[in-house]
Amino acid sequence: MNADRGMSRRGFVAGLAWLGLGARAAAQGFAGLGGAAAGFAAVTPGRKFAFPDDFGAHPDFRIEWWYVTANLRDAGGAAYGVQWTLFRQATAPGPQREGWANQQIWMGHAAVTGAATHRFNETFARGGVGQAGVDVAPFEAWIDAWRMAALPPLSNETFAPLRLQAAGEGFGYDLRLDADRPLVLQGDHGYSRKSERGQASYYYSQPWFTATGRIVLDGRAIAVSGPAWLDREWSSQPLAADQTGWDWLSLHLDGGDKVMLFRLRQADGGHYFAGNWIGRDGRSVPLPSDAIEMTPRGFTEVAGRRLPTQWRVEVASHGLAVDAAPLNPRSWMATSFPYWEGPIAVHGSHDGVGYLEMTGYPVTG
Amino acid sequence: MRRALWVLAVLLSHWRRHPLQLATLLVGLIAATALWSGVQALNQQARTSYDRAAALFGGTRVAMLIDPAHATFPQAAFIELRRAGWPVSPVLEQRVEVGGRALRLIGIEPVTMPAETAAGAAVGRGDLHAFVAPPGRTLIAPETLRDLGLRPGATPRIDRSAELPPLQPQPQLAPGVLIVDIGMAQRVLDRPGLVSRLLVGHTTRNAAELPETVAGTHLQWVAPDGETDLARLTDSFHLNLTAFGLLSFLVGLFIVNSAIGLAFEQRRPTLRTLRACGVSVRLLNVVVVAELVFLALVGGLVGLVCGYVIAAALLPDVAASLRGLYGAQLPGALALQPRWWLAGIAMSVGGALAAATASLVRMARLPLLAAAQPDAWRQAQRRWLSRQGALAALMLIAAGGVLLFGDSLLAGFAVLAALLLAAALALPVVLDGALQLAAKGARGALSAWFWADSRQQLPGLSLALMALLLALAVNVGVGTMVRSFSVTFTRWLDGRLAADIYVSAANETQAAEIRRWLAARDDIGAVLPGARTEIRIGGAPVQIMGVADHATYRDNWPLLRAAADGWDRMHRGGAAFVSEQLSRRLHLGVGDRLRIDDDWSVDVVGVYGDYGNPKGQLAVDIDALLRHFPETPQTRFGLLVAPEHIAGVLAALREKFHLDARQLADQATVKAESKRIFNRTFAVTAALNTFTLGVAGVALLTSLMTLSGSRLPQLAPLWAIGLTRRRLAAIELMKTMAVACVTALLALPLGLVVAWCLIAVVNIKAFGWRLPFQVFPAQLLELLGVAMVAALLATLPPVLRLARMQPATLIRIFANER
Amino acid sequence: MLKVVNLSKSYRSAQETVEVLRGVGLAVAPGESVALTGESGSGKSTLLHLIAGLDQADGGEVWIEGACVTGLPDVRRAALRRARLGLVFQQFNLVPSLSVADNLVFQARLAGRSDPAWLAELSARLGLDALLKRYPEQLSGGQQQRLAIGRALAVKPALLLADEPTGNLDEVTADEVVGLLRDLVARSGCGLLMVTHSTRLALRLDRRLHLRGGRLT
Repeated sequence: MNADRGMSRRGFVAGLAWLGLGARAAAQGFAGLGGAAAGFAAVTPGRKFAFPDDFGAHPDFRIEWWYVTANLRDAGGAAYGVQWTLFRQATAPGPQREGWANQQIWMGHAAVTGAATHRFNETFARGGVGQAGVDVAPFEAWIDAWRMAALPPLSNETFAPLRLQAAGEGFGYDLRLDADRPLVLQGDHGYSRKSERGQASYYYSQPWFTATGRIVLDGRAIAVSGPAWLDREWSSQPLAADQTGWDWLSLHLDGGDKVMLFRLRQADGGHYFAGNWIGRDGRSVPLPSDAIEMTPRGFTEVAGRRLPTQWRVEVASHGLAVDAAPLNPRSWMATSFPYWEGPIAVHGSHDGVGYLEMTGYPVTG
Repeated sequence: MRRALWVLAVLLSHWRRHPLQLATLLVGLIAATALWSGVQALNQQARTSYDRAAALFGGTRVAMLIDPAHATFPQAAFIELRRAGWPVSPVLEQRVEVGGRALRLIGIEPVTMPAETAAGAAVGRGDLHAFVAPPGRTLIAPETLRDLGLRPGATPRIDRSAELPPLQPQPQLAPGVLIVDIGMAQRVLDRPGLVSRLLVGHTTRNAAELPETVAGTHLQWVAPDGETDLARLTDSFHLNLTAFGLLSFLVGLFIVNSAIGLAFEQRRPTLRTLRACGVSVRLLNVVVVAELVFLALVGGLVGLVCGYVIAAALLPDVAASLRGLYGAQLPGALALQPRWWLAGIAMSVGGALAAATASLVRMARLPLLAAAQPDAWRQAQRRWLSRQGALAALMLIAAGGVLLFGDSLLAGFAVLAALLLAAALALPVVLDGALQLAAKGARGALSAWFWADSRQQLPGLSLALMALLLALAVNVGVGTMVRSFSVTFTRWLDGRLAADIYVSAANETQAAEIRRWLAARDDIGAVLPGARTEIRIGGAPVQIMGVADHATYRDNWPLLRAAADGWDRMHRGGAAFVSEQLSRRLHLGVGDRLRIDDDWSVDVVGVYGDYGNPKGQLAVDIDALLRHFPETPQTRFGLLVAPEHIAGVLAALREKFHLDARQLADQATVKAESKRIFNRTFAVTAALNTFTLGVAGVALLTSLMTLSGSRLPQLAPLWAIGLTRRRLAAIELMKTMAVACVTALLALPLGLVVAWCLIAVVNIKAFGWRLPFQVFPAQLLELLGVAMVAALLATLPPVLRLARMQPATLIRIFANER
Repeated sequence: MLKVVNLSKSYRSAQETVEVLRGVGLAVAPGESVALTGESGSGKSTLLHLIAGLDQADGGEVWIEGACVTGLPDVRRAALRRARLGLVFQQFNLVPSLSVADNLVFQARLAGRSDPAWLAELSARLGLDALLKRYPEQLSGGQQQRLAIGRALAVKPALLLADEPTGNLDEVTADEVVGLLRDLVARSGCGLLMVTHSTRLALRLDRRLHLRGGRLT
């Protein structure tokens, strides 16, 4: 399907295509989004971010997400991953309509990953009636019973402490997120370019979260803790027409540095690389495209697709040269729009953990 | 391959020399396939439309939550439950009027709609954004759109007020339904923030985990298999059809069985020759099966076409029945899926192979060299009879067991099936006993031979006689049931239709005008106001009917049981009569108490018959009803008018208020219409009944044809020792008629047992009411006559052939038979 | 051509075991016609059936054209019957639903080798030319048996087995049929083993074997 080549971090719009919104959105693909996002607000460089307002939704933009991943360990040292995602998509520009007429559609994804198990679920909601939404004060982002809410007092600097909850068949979690360092603006002061032709998003992160709490996996409750990472991103035209999918990863390095890298795959076989190096001092430096090397090293057959689940990752400017391997190579999100998302570990010049996301891989014959 | 084809050609050459036999075989295959697939086509058609109807019923396949006390409740309950993790989806439903037609407007929320409901899929195929965003869409079945005389994109007004979103035809939808987004529904119905029910999607949680109150509302969990399910309601009807289809199929297979048996007997020497000339057993078996499959395919295809024709012919009656009995809408044109064709062909081939099993096994074991004639037929027959008897006893025990322990409609049919099978299996045993008895009393060589020979003939005839027994018994059973129903129904109609003229005004204003106008006339005996509303008890819809305090009701109302002062207590407001269906479903009897809603409970003071109504019904005093449900429309009333004034009042009403046939009718018209619906309901049953009897007749004919050939060697010696051909033929005729007559006589009591089963077991499960069991001797005699005529017709051709047989033929048979 | 070695066969019924053949041995050379005589129930037909593979022997061997055919599976025996053997029975055993022409080519077509010239010759020699479009029931007994002989010879068998071929025929017709049989056997060079109870007819063949008490004498 055409929609498969669409989105990105997170495949929301294609999910809607399944819901039926779609015929048109799918036909346009992100070509339409990449072109004239008529009526929606545009992403331009030099925006001033303001908190707590920017914790909340930006309904004038077409698409937006609240995205948390956590690399957790239990008392015995076993590794787990947790994902909590809320997507928002506007089906039409213009003033927000009241009640059921509201043009926002919301989608939630949640998952718990162990070395041998991967449990996930998804849910959908329409805006305007309270089934899903984001309140700024007190902060709460929710869809159905899944929520990310402030544990007052919430710091505007760190976006902490937060409580993160979700549950589905065979899994659940209830985590507390704390942070001791401020939010980080990705790209160029929060302006994240996605192609040479100007597609971009507003993008900030909180890579300094520490998660503690409980996860439930197949009926077993497990006390866990570990680093977590929040991404907030919104845009109206995030991808170019010829971009077929992407490979994104976040790393918590043992020395305390954090790294965000992504590779957008183009139809012509070329790639658009971008990323930020976030020093332990909290300074975020955009990485030039030619400083990043991401090379597939091993593949896994999942859901009829050949996915590069092992990577060689190099950032020459920072002396990074590591091999990334997944905790569970079958961390497949078989949601309405399917993609791979799961915890990884890296070894080499640096050791550490992180999350890998891969979208837009076609089913192979 | 060429060798196989040559062998096939040799085998097929048999049919060219015996076209009548081929015709019989094909008739059997065609009859079996046609009736079965015809019935299946009807069922499939109905089920397809129920699937479409599932979109509007919502609660059919998924559990739902309702407010038992109110028609709607706040949408906040939806949000609260979602935020507690319940996968619920809101629905707002109301009856509306568009262009004078009553339709169901259903507002759904497509994003949370459980995948199990058809509506989600129906919307999903369209454009979600166009459906939910203003101006939205109104999904409508194409035929309903046509009925309304509107074009796609039209925005008609409902109830002469709000404008609907643009209409968009959607073929998957059930007729008579409008589907809009929940937001649109709340707007056009002026019910902001309200929903009628919440559908519950897939969840591991259950009703017990539901909070006591949600958003201040006490919600009731309705399990998915609630009584509202149209498919379940109509299951009985379809099971009925299927049972008949299966019976016809089996009877058809009796024909196939005897035709194949005959062909096998006649081709036995050819098969030996083939073997002697170098055809291996394996090749021969393969080719014989191939031949059978080929014939089954031909017969099956023709049968399917006939089945299609039968289905198309019966469809109007079936549609009328379903509409009359259950309010289920069926499209008028037959649309068949490829699956139906495949299933029909598979049934034909499978049936033919099953019917040929005995012949095939015998062929595979056929000794290459002619074996000595089995002279121990008597011993073999005794073994066969005791096996039949044991099986029959087993089936009878099974029937008793199911009757004792079963409690479903299916169990009812299982009792019937086991009973019929037991009777069929026992038939040869009974017949053998009867013939043995007759033989004991026989004097003279000829009569001794007559009875002994009849006994020897039994195995060959028994299948056909069983078919005759089954067909007759079912005919008697169904006939008795239908007649019982007919008598009861007519009596009941007389009681229920108390008024002389029925008026249904378009709205309250017109109703008031009509009442004023009527009050001014002196040819009106009385105006009997009527009112009706619908509530839910235990999640199922229940009608509440307001009855005026008038002697005509007291005199005529079809009460089955009642307390002595029932009418007085009912009109005081604290008591009600309940329909038989409702009393059975809720286990209510006279003296029990029934809670209608939070602030109205009534004593049950009577139970009345309410035949043909799929919903439960309560009859209460009309003033009490209007006190508790003030919004109940008061647009219907009955008039008592002296017979000589009826025509005049009707004409005046029609003239003055422009009332059409649906709004104004006299008692005779309503009665005639009801009886017409009733008759159509059983027209299908009657048609299938006739078909079945016809097929049984053909089965008997083919069995006799088969027998007559192989019996000639036994008759030839008798002819040789001096019996005339005419005499022989007369003896043959008498013998067959004697066994057929015994069979038919046995079928009568069996049929009455079947009728009792239908009335006392199946009907109660299927419809919720019980009929008084009545026997109609004239009808039984008539059927007996029909059976004997059928037997006579089936016996005549082979007997006539015998009577006209050339002596030379008999000589040859006599001389050749070793 | 045909060699039978020490063949034995017995039938069991509820009461007793009847030894029909007790070590029968015989041979038939190509082009040779042999008559097998014996009283009713002496086992003549049984011997013929065993040779034709229609029944299984208890002991001993049957060799046809240098190959032992005893104990072959049904499929192989059937192949042997249709290609190498011709069978003629007392009851003619024609296919009633096939025309005379189709009956004549019946076995040859089963064997997959019909020789039109040979069929034409057979048809002429057997006097069937005018009857080809008829059906067996429309033929006289002699005509039916000639047709059965034609069917058996159409395949050019190595061995013709005839079981009382004249049993249902009057004397004149029987003589004529046996004459035809002899001629055609000589013409096609196959061996003939004919069961008959008629000494007169047996005398017209090259050699005679007599079966008594389950043994050849």
